[in-house]
Amino acid sequence: MTLKTIVRGKVSGKVVKSNQPINFLGSVDKKTGEVTDQKHDLFGKKIAGSILVFPNGIGSSVGAYTIYSLKSNNSAPAAMACQKADLTVASGCALANIPLFILSPDEYDNMKDGDEVSLG
Amino acid sequence: MELTKDEEKSLNGEHGEALQTAYRILSATGEATDAEKLVPIHWAHVSGVNYNTIGDAGEEFLAGLSKNAKFRVRTTVNPMGYDKDSVEKFGLDENFIQKQESIRASYKKMGVTPSFSCIPYEVYDMPQEGTQVAFAETNAAIYANSVGKLKTNKESAFSALASAITGKSPYSDLRKDDSPTMSIAMKVSDPNELTFGLLGYFAGKVADKSVAISGVKNLDKRCNKSLCASMGTSGTCGKFVLDDNSGASEKVDFDEKEMQKVYDELNTAESGDLITLGSPQLGLEEMNDLASMLKGRAFKKRCLIFCPRPIQEQARHLGYAGQLESAGCELLSDCCTCLTPLVTKKDVDSVTTNSIKGAYYLKNSNGLDVNLKPLSEIVRDETS
Repeated sequence: MTLKTIVRGKVSGKVVKSNQPINFLGSVDKKTGEVTDQKHDLFGKKIAGSILVFPNGIGSSVGAYTIYSLKSNNSAPAAMACQKADLTVASGCALANIPLFILSPDEYDNMKDGDEVSLG
Repeated sequence: MELTKDEEKSLNGEHGEALQTAYRILSATGEATDAEKLVPIHWAHVSGVNYNTIGDAGEEFLAGLSKNAKFRVRTTVNPMGYDKDSVEKFGLDENFIQKQESIRASYKKMGVTPSFSCIPYEVYDMPQEGTQVAFAETNAAIYANSVGKLKTNKESAFSALASAITGKSPYSDLRKDDSPTMSIAMKVSDPNELTFGLLGYFAGKVADKSVAISGVKNLDKRCNKSLCASMGTSGTCGKFVLDDNSGASEKVDFDEKEMQKVYDELNTAESGDLITLGSPQLGLEEMNDLASMLKGRAFKKRCLIFCPRPIQEQARHLGYAGQLESAGCELLSDCCTCLTPLVTKKDVDSVTTNSIKGAYYLKNSNGLDVNLKPLSEIVRDETS
C-alpha cells in the first residue's frame, strides 16, 4: 500500500529506480527525458513512460518547470513514487498531472528496477 | 489539508482558471508536507524566469497564466537570461531573445516587481523577524530563514508562484517547526567563502530540513551567501543556525577529508578560460570589497561580474563600478552565473569561479569544466 497519494492517477509501467535523489534542473534533459548527470546512477537512462522510483527531489526550485516541460515534450515518466515528498516534485507533478505517490519504506525497498507495477 | 469555503471554491474553479491552478499546486504541496491549513504570506520571490531553464513549455505556460492571473502580494523574480544593455555582445539567437521578452512581459502583466535578482534580501528592505514569506530561489529561501529570521519553506518555482497569486502557503515544515535535527561540527581551520560553499554542499547532502553548524562564530556576507547557495543546490535543507549547543540528536564532522571529497566532485579543471563572479549575484558590499582588492591591478582574462541592476546603479554612483571596469571586469545585471546562456562551450572549455552553486550548474547544465578558487586566489592568480 502506498502511504500517500499526492497527485491521483491509475498507472501501470516499468520501474526505473534510483537510490540517489534527483535535481531535475541539473540532471534531466527536459526535451528527451534522459538523465545527463554523469555522477547520477541513472546517467544515460531515459525516464519517459516509466514509473520513476527515487528517494526525493533536491536542489533547484526550477526543477518543477523541468518536470512540467518533460510532460509537454512527451518525455515524462508515467508516474513518480518517492520515499518522501518535496515541494519541487509535488508541485511539478501537480501542474503536469503526473501521478505522484509516497511509498512506505517496505514498498520502496521491494520495488526493483525493471519490475512491472501498477499504482493508484 | 483543511481549506476554507472560499479556498475550496477557488480549487473548484469558481474564481477562474488561474486561481484554480494555483490552489491545485498548493493542495499538492500542502498534502506533501502534511499541512493542516494555508496561512497568509507577505512576499513571494519566484524562480523560473530564465528562458534557458524553463524553455518553450514554461514560456507558453506563463503566457497562458498571465491572461487572468494577478499577484496579490509583493512578488519579486529571479534573474533572466541576459542584460539587455550587453546582450548583443553574446551572440544569443533571435528566438531566445523573443521568448525571454515574452516571459518578462508575462510576469509584468501579473504585476511583478521586476527585480531579476537572486538576492532580493540585499536589494529590498527585509520585513520584521518571523514574517511568513514564500521564496523559491534556494539561496534566498535559506538566507531569509537563517540570516533574515523570516519564515519560508524551500519553495519550488510553482509553489512560490501559486503563493504570489493566492497570497497563501501551506503551514508546514519550516514555517511550523524549524528546529535542527542534525549538527555539523566545522573542523576546517582558516575557512574562506569557498570553504563555506563546500560545507554548505556537504550539509545539503546529509541534513534534512534544518541544520545546526557548530564551531563557527559568525559569517561575513560573502561566506553566508556562499553557504546558502551551495546548501540549496545539493539537498532539501532550508535553514541553518550557528549554534554550538543545538541539542540536535545526530552529529557529524566536516573535516579536511570531507571537504576534499566535495572539492574533487566539483572542481574539474586546473584553470579557467574565463572568470565569473556572482552566483548568487554580488551585493554592494562585495563590489566595494572587490574594487579595493583590485586597486592597481587588472584581470588577464575576461571576467564577468553579475549583480542586481539597482546595485550596479549604486556602485556606479559610488565609483566602484568604474573601478571594476578599469580592472577589466564586465558588469552584467538582470542575469546570473547560474544557468547562464552567455557562457557556453562554443566560446570556452572551462570557467574559474568561487561559487559552488555556479560550479554545479556550469558543469551539469552548460557542460563546462570548472576551476574552483576563493576570491583572494582568483585575484592573486588572474590579475597583474
